Amino acid sequence: MIEAAVSMSALGLGLGLLLGVAARRFHVETPPVVDAIDAILPGTNCGACGYPGCHGLAEAMAEGSAPVTACTPGGRDVALQLATIVDTGSDGAVAGMAETEPTVAFIFEDHCTGCMKCFKRCPTDAIIGANRQIHSVVVDACIGCDACIEVCPTEAIVKRVKPKSIKNWYWDKPQPAFGSGNGGYAA
Amino acid sequence: MSVRSFATLFRPSQFFSIRGGVHPEGRKSLSSDCPIEDMPIPTLIRVPLQQHIGAEAEPVVKRDDVVLKGQLIGKARGPVSANIHAPTSGRVIAVGHFAAPHPSGLPIPTITIRTDGADSWGPRLGRLRPENASPEEIAAKVAEAGIVGMGGATFPSAVKLNLRGKYALHTLVINGAECEPYLTCDDRLMRERAEEIVDGIGIIARALGVTQIVVAIESNKPQAIAAMQRFDRALGIPLRVQVVPTQYPMGSEKHLVKILTGRETPARALTADLGVVVHNAGTAHAVHLAVRYGEPLISRVVTVSGRGVRRPANVRVLIGTPVAEVLAHCGGLTEDPERLLLGGPMMGQPIQNTRVPVVKGTSGILALTRAETPDLDTMPCIRCGRCAQACPVGLTPFEMNARIQADDLDGAGRIGLLDCITCGCCSFTCPSNIPLVQTIHFAKGKLAEQEGRKHQQEETRRLAAARKAREEAAAEAKRQAMAKRKAEMEAKKQREAAAAAATPQPAQHGEPLQ
Repeated sequence: MIEAAVSMSALGLGLGLLLGVAARRFHVETPPVVDAIDAILPGTNCGACGYPGCHGLAEAMAEGSAPVTACTPGGRDVALQLATIVDTGSDGAVAGMAETEPTVAFIFEDHCTGCMKCFKRCPTDAIIGANRQIHSVVVDACIGCDACIEVCPTEAIVKRVKPKSIKNWYWDKPQPAFGSGNGGYAA
Repeated sequence: MSVRSFATLFRPSQFFSIRGGVHPEGRKSLSSDCPIEDMPIPTLIRVPLQQHIGAEAEPVVKRDDVVLKGQLIGKARGPVSANIHAPTSGRVIAVGHFAAPHPSGLPIPTITIRTDGADSWGPRLGRLRPENASPEEIAAKVAEAGIVGMGGATFPSAVKLNLRGKYALHTLVINGAECEPYLTCDDRLMRERAEEIVDGIGIIARALGVTQIVVAIESNKPQAIAAMQRFDRALGIPLRVQVVPTQYPMGSEKHLVKILTGRETPARALTADLGVVVHNAGTAHAVHLAVRYGEPLISRVVTVSGRGVRRPANVRVLIGTPVAEVLAHCGGLTEDPERLLLGGPMMGQPIQNTRVPVVKGTSGILALTRAETPDLDTMPCIRCGRCAQACPVGLTPFEMNARIQADDLDGAGRIGLLDCITCGCCSFTCPSNIPLVQTIHFAKGKLAEQEGRKHQQEETRRLAAARKAREEAAAEAKRQAMAKRKAEMEAKKQREAAAAAATPQPAQHGEPLQ
């Protein structure tokens, strides 16, 4: 009994020490740009980019294998911020990115079974609900990342353009015949 | 006579004028001779919970509740918000959403009341004697009554009454300029209710602790000037009526202070920084009703005008009355109007639907015919600079317009986009009909949206961090629970073993059945 305990703890201690030394000895410095990119990304690990979490994307972006436009929930704003610290490779990658309307998830209540799958997946806790209760989306917290759409067993979730409210509504840009750059002078 | 005493003979306002500005045709004679009339109670009243700047009120009634006139139905939420009261007695038939009196027509939280026609008052607010009430009591009463700025900005008045602690205030300016064409509601109110307004002014002045009051009225309202000049004191505080030139936008708070004191309010500062607070004449009347009679803000005077209206009038309308009913009360429309506006023609907002309700900030309902609206044929900018001359803030609208059209919002911001008061002088004066102020409206909205997105990015990060922390805490708790269970199992086993060792084992004695 005593022998077993002593030998096991000696083994654990020795291996732990070995691991600790190895971690110090073979430490690989992460480039500071990865941390900088990580700080800009939303940090929700939603997986919409196809990389394992935001840190995975940050590493891929730092080595140039992912475009700055990869983060779809972040949209154009995040891409523009990233473009200031990452070499975008091709010029105009961000400029070409359409200024998309922000989208949010919407749950069709007829199809929702209250299975809690989306509830557990949502990286920003934007889905409320309980077991066997119809779920609902908190529009202000949703980032439109697809994580819930993938797991929904009844395909009750779709992405929709974020509804306008009176607080964020504004007039369309006037398009006068002249001076708006649409060729009025030529006419 | 010393130089100093000689200098006191002059008022600064004689030497200062506001920069820029325009002189649109007044067209106030359409309704300026119509006495304020009361409107019959409509059958349906829709009271939006957001009629003010700041957070929307929280509903405190449910469907099928019976409400009495003046009963609280929406409670102020947060420091900048305002109470909402039932304008008449009736039954709540919905607490939901309805189209806002706003150019977008988007739905906002609204309480719909089917009136019973009895118009029976509920318990009124407690009355105050302003002569011996403390400033805090007055401000609290004004907040309770849900009073907001009646000039159109709808900023909660109680917040402005509480500025006393933060700034050294000396002057209260009462804004009776009413510089927008067509509008005559403040004019009529001052002509008919001068005594009540002066009492309200006195109450406001006491709450603010100021030593002088200036009532500023444009020179095109001689009867209102005469009516107000009958008073030289309000609750013992000296008051004088100052006639200001008829010029748009004289009623802008900062410009009014500039012309009265000769001092310009710095960009993005308050007039309170100069020791001056500006309130509207209509607000003073509402304060009088609230403090003396305990009546919350449930009605307002609205000018119904424009050549598209059969019988222009000044009507005291219950908050929540549909615009269509007010128009019907005024004889209806003579033709399909080119534009239907809430507010004045310069800064008012077009509406698409006449079923939207009148709210606390609705100063006018204008139906403008084709002949009254400018033509919209735009021509190229000829760099005449008239917009820059007319701009009362000293901006260059033509350049701002060019930058916004080229999607350079930051550039527009650098030349003062956020200082624009969107008075519309530039569009009014432009000989090429370029939609300058409309473009600025768009840019301001766009800029606000970008700010909002930035804010949302930060909030997303916070939410994600909170979720991560919670998940880690849950995992930790689970681990600890497991460890505890394991320890307990261990202890139980040991106890059992000890018990087994201590008790004499019958098997050793017997071993009977083998």
